[in-house]
Amino acid sequence: MSAARSSLPPWLRAAPALLRIGLLEAFAYRAEFIVWMLSTTMPFIMLALMSAVTREGTIAGFDQPAFTAYYMATLLVRHLTGSWVVWQMVMEIRQGTLALKLVRPLHPLWFYFLEAVSTTFFRSLISVPLIALAFVLLGAGGSLVTDPALLGCAALGIAGAWILNFTLSAAIGTLGLYIESSVAVWDLWIGCFMIFSGYLLPIELFPPWLASAARSMPFPYLQSLPVEIMTGRHDLAHALPLLLRQAGWAAGSIALLLLLWRRGVRRFAAYGG
Amino acid sequence: MGNRDLRASGRAVKPASVKYSPRVTSADPIDRDRGPGDIVVDHLVKEYRVHERASGLVAAIGSLFRRRYTARRAVDDLSFSIARGERVGFLGPNGAGKTTTLKVLSGLLHPTSGTVRVAGHEPRRRRREFLRTITLVMGQKQQLLWDLPPADTFAMNRAIYDIPRKEYDETLSELTTLLELDATVRRPTRQLSLGERMKCELVAALLHRPRVLFLDEPTIGLDVEMQAVLRRFVKEYNERFSATVLLTSHDMDDVTALCPRVIVIDKGCLTYDGDLRELARRVRPHKRVIVRTVDGKEETELVSQADLPRFIAQRLERGQVADLTVADPPLEEVMRELFATRAQKEAVP
Repeated sequence: MSAARSSLPPWLRAAPALLRIGLLEAFAYRAEFIVWMLSTTMPFIMLALMSAVTREGTIAGFDQPAFTAYYMATLLVRHLTGSWVVWQMVMEIRQGTLALKLVRPLHPLWFYFLEAVSTTFFRSLISVPLIALAFVLLGAGGSLVTDPALLGCAALGIAGAWILNFTLSAAIGTLGLYIESSVAVWDLWIGCFMIFSGYLLPIELFPPWLASAARSMPFPYLQSLPVEIMTGRHDLAHALPLLLRQAGWAAGSIALLLLLWRRGVRRFAAYGG
Repeated sequence: MGNRDLRASGRAVKPASVKYSPRVTSADPIDRDRGPGDIVVDHLVKEYRVHERASGLVAAIGSLFRRRYTARRAVDDLSFSIARGERVGFLGPNGAGKTTTLKVLSGLLHPTSGTVRVAGHEPRRRRREFLRTITLVMGQKQQLLWDLPPADTFAMNRAIYDIPRKEYDETLSELTTLLELDATVRRPTRQLSLGERMKCELVAALLHRPRVLFLDEPTIGLDVEMQAVLRRFVKEYNERFSATVLLTSHDMDDVTALCPRVIVIDKGCLTYDGDLRELARRVRPHKRVIVRTVDGKEETELVSQADLPRFIAQRLERGQVADLTVADPPLEEVMRELFATRAQKEAVP
């Protein structure tokens, strides 16, 4: 066991301790954390709105139970895949404390990655049971897929969405090494995310040209793809190519992040005296 | 002549801008007496590209379309060498280029030109072996996790630096004993006093037993007692592990207590490299003679080294002397004088 551990590269050997520290930090901020989770109310608002609209019938194949399942799944996926690493990165760049990460023999992006994994795990401990309870109470459980293959696809879609959310959030955070207004870029990004990811409205409700435009962007792969798989909007033959496309976006976003980081770190200069 | 000789007499560059007339030498990056230096800086230049615009909304909008950049030279052809185990003070007024140099030495900045080697490594490559060899302590920035006890930061650093458990336990116990930390490390960082936090910062920074210490204002904001504790600790660590220490501080007591040698830079250029007392002697050649008379009065006179025996003899002959002390001028005064002289000379067309 010990021999196997020592044969691992140092960055991997450091992972368990860093994950533990990440969990301890998340636990230390538990009050803020729970308040933030409870304040993620947009899917509930949209659910109430769409339920009122569909009282008399269906819209684009969505009836009331379908909307309930869609927005509950949206809430679950958002809690499991959301990443806000951009704020931490921008703060550390502006205050110059990134320097303390850069002089350690471990890649700063690895720190951020493990911290995000810990945060997601901690968040899931609270959010998954609560959202599962909401599914039961709202009677939306019946609209979810039960086929193990599709459930597996949904899990892969959630993992892919997590990677995309993290890497793109970190890439925008890295822009802080180039420009002063990376937070404004983030605001713009979130605005586009709300519209094109299916977070506010299912993409199927968009006019065809807008739906097609949205699906050619990365946003649906950050959010709605796993939601659509979970709620039975795709069969296996349709889901697999979409997952492949998501993997392509994830690979591209990782490459973008590493490129931005490598060049940006050279610019990390006068911050913080 | 070896570098040690140069150091003993003080090595100074650009004499035109200082009051004294030191011997001008080219800085030799190799210490011939002690082998290659642990820190070798050879003709280092670092320039920043600075975006400039006038104040106001029009200028702000204009700068969106046409950005004007100027190159600001923070470090200008700087060369010096520090042997293993030396404690060196790195001094200069604000904006002199001290922190920039320290950032280049720790691999945070890439030199514009020139070469830098630290413990045999090229810092800008930021190789794992290099980063395990150094530590950077910045008095104004902390690495401790704010809401967790310092013990958790120490555990995190153990993982980051891949320190074997036994070595970690030994070092931690040693450092916490030296700094008289015990229960402190188990209280959340946010509940610690500034002094306690700084002690814990030092422990976190030294757990991997770095060979080269870059200390940037490590005692800033601390009370006198805590400053003394930290200085004692740094000295002990340096002697015990033969660690090389490069210290920047505006607190001259730090420098006086820790650094037999100082490197002074101004506007990115080397102004002086040598013995601390020699610098004081050159800039302020007068000794401070403090005489306390039997009726409790205290008089202070500035007397040149040459006149000192005659002055003391005369003063004692006059009688009424209860106590007589001869002291060097405080380093603050020396530095103030050094930089004021440079500024005055530059102001004269």
